[in-house]
Amino acid sequence: MPDLLPPGLWLAGGALLIGVLRGPARAALVLALPLVTLWAVWQVPDGIVASREFLGFVIEPVEGSPVRRLFAVIFSLMAFAGGLFAFRQAGGRELAAASLYAGSAVGVCFSGDLVSLFVWWELMAIGSMLVVWCGDRQATRAAGLRYAIMHLTGGALLMAGIAAHATATGSIDVAALTATTPANWMILAGLLVNVAAPPVSAWLADAYPESSATGAVFLSAYTTKAAVLALILLFPGEPVLMAIGTWMIFYGILYALLENDARRILAYSIVNQVGFMVCAIGIGTQVALNGAAAHAFAHIIYKALLFMSAGVVVYRTGLHRCTELGGLFRTMPLTAVCGIVGALSISGFPLTSGFTTKTLISEAAKGDGLMLLYFLLAAASAGVFLHAGIKFPWFVFFQKDSGLRPRDAPWNMAAAMLLFSFLCLLIGVYPQPLYALLPYPVDFDAYTAGNVLFYLQLLLFSGLAFFLLLPLMKRTQTLTLDFDWLWRVALYRLGAGALATMDLAAERVVQMSRFAGARLASGLRRHFGEDGGFARSWPIGTTALWLAVLLSFYVLIHYL
Amino acid sequence: MADRRGSPLSRGSQGDDHWLVRPRTIRRLWIAFALVLAFTVLAQAGVAIKAYFGIDGWPGFAAAFGFLCCLLLVLVAQLLGRLLKRPDDYYDA
Repeated sequence: MPDLLPPGLWLAGGALLIGVLRGPARAALVLALPLVTLWAVWQVPDGIVASREFLGFVIEPVEGSPVRRLFAVIFSLMAFAGGLFAFRQAGGRELAAASLYAGSAVGVCFSGDLVSLFVWWELMAIGSMLVVWCGDRQATRAAGLRYAIMHLTGGALLMAGIAAHATATGSIDVAALTATTPANWMILAGLLVNVAAPPVSAWLADAYPESSATGAVFLSAYTTKAAVLALILLFPGEPVLMAIGTWMIFYGILYALLENDARRILAYSIVNQVGFMVCAIGIGTQVALNGAAAHAFAHIIYKALLFMSAGVVVYRTGLHRCTELGGLFRTMPLTAVCGIVGALSISGFPLTSGFTTKTLISEAAKGDGLMLLYFLLAAASAGVFLHAGIKFPWFVFFQKDSGLRPRDAPWNMAAAMLLFSFLCLLIGVYPQPLYALLPYPVDFDAYTAGNVLFYLQLLLFSGLAFFLLLPLMKRTQTLTLDFDWLWRVALYRLGAGALATMDLAAERVVQMSRFAGARLASGLRRHFGEDGGFARSWPIGTTALWLAVLLSFYVLIHYL
Repeated sequence: MADRRGSPLSRGSQGDDHWLVRPRTIRRLWIAFALVLAFTVLAQAGVAIKAYFGIDGWPGFAAAFGFLCCLLLVLVAQLLGRLLKRPDDYYDA
């Protein structure tokens, strides 16, 4: 079979053209490249398609499998909807960066070896970094820099792990590993940085809300989900992932509950949702891996939809704090309705995509007899409805009348939102085509009467709790400290303190040497100076006396 | 639902005249919501929820579980907030 080019090259390479072109040509390219990529993705058959010998290793830039194809399909679809959402409002630089970002995520999907994976991984980090930097908020630059440092560190960990693994085993094949050697620990840690696992979860909520109204839509989709795919391929059934995932789920809920920035609420809920997937990968059964993949697919759609809805609000009002927003449903009905569809989907409400995909993960926990995990997941489902399902639309579109009367979404943004709303509902009522794309056969029906009733009770009573506890949910103009306090403040203070101490010490040394020098100088002057004892001319009498003393001493010694 | 009246910021012309925020609509929404809630619990008389771990098949289990979990989450978030909340210009200073 002739070699196939990696499908990700279309978007990643096209980024250069997008950056150069202007006007309709650029728009056409932004909309066409994702569709071409989608076509190219479908051309990749299962198995290794392209391979080359390089420095004694086998490089396999294109390897197909059902789960790889699933992620590549949704990444391409996402690039299309994101392009549609952004092409009239975003600048050329952002569109080019987003294209590079999306293309490298597709590249990660088909990487058959760890070196190709790493190359695409770093390109993805660069693309996303540039997207963050296209933001226009005051804190954008610094947040982008922190994002860059975090991801380059993660990349370095991954590279070190891959190098050690390759040296130890002689293989760079992408295949299931176990976290038993330091090399594999480093690979796992590198991947976990990108899924926003503890203790570095903060990079996500730090950087994404600082991007532009359109940039966050792209950011919400790729980095974390590409890492989910890498975890599925490299560490399926790694038990520690269950604990990490559960932590992420509840971290996301609690921090989102405390958050005031509308898009930061959504950013925390990415960590929460990715936590479900990481948990499922930790369970590692066929049902669980199906659940992780299906949930990633649905999640990209509804999360992008939520970020689109919030993005339109930011684009129209320039505001992002819940305390400044509210009552926007009056003039932005379409944006509100699409936001609500996304919010219901993320909550896993029956008839939406979250219901048909997230329940697969619960099903896996049941099937494996993991009672504690199952109940934690159920509690988390309730919590998702609380922190994202109601909180986001409530505080942005209802709550109080902020007096703002912005216009509804521009046509292209509206079209992108309608497309993704439609997909959310389609996967919700007719999940079979998605199930058919999953890596393992699916023998599961979410729509049994009992299952529907269980989730209706769970979610509706969570809604009741939200409205009864509304006084406790009142937003304050605050942020919530996270582990990143350790390097943003403590480390900074430590460094600043160390510098100050060193300054002080240096000053002391200078002072002391000055003092010592002065004393030496004055001593020398006293003894050898003009009036010093050694420098004066002595009278003859004194000399004679000293000679007499010396001679008598000599005589004395002689007689002794 | 105290915030319905509109804030001092309010400068919209039709403002609170929107039918969705009238007190009467809100009362009706609450009644409808209560009926739906009651229905989901009562429906368990006719529709069995399959129990996987025993307790999850009890009547109204999901309702109580969902409600209590949310209560717990909000309270934990409050406590966490006491400890970790800072003014939102904390890092700018």
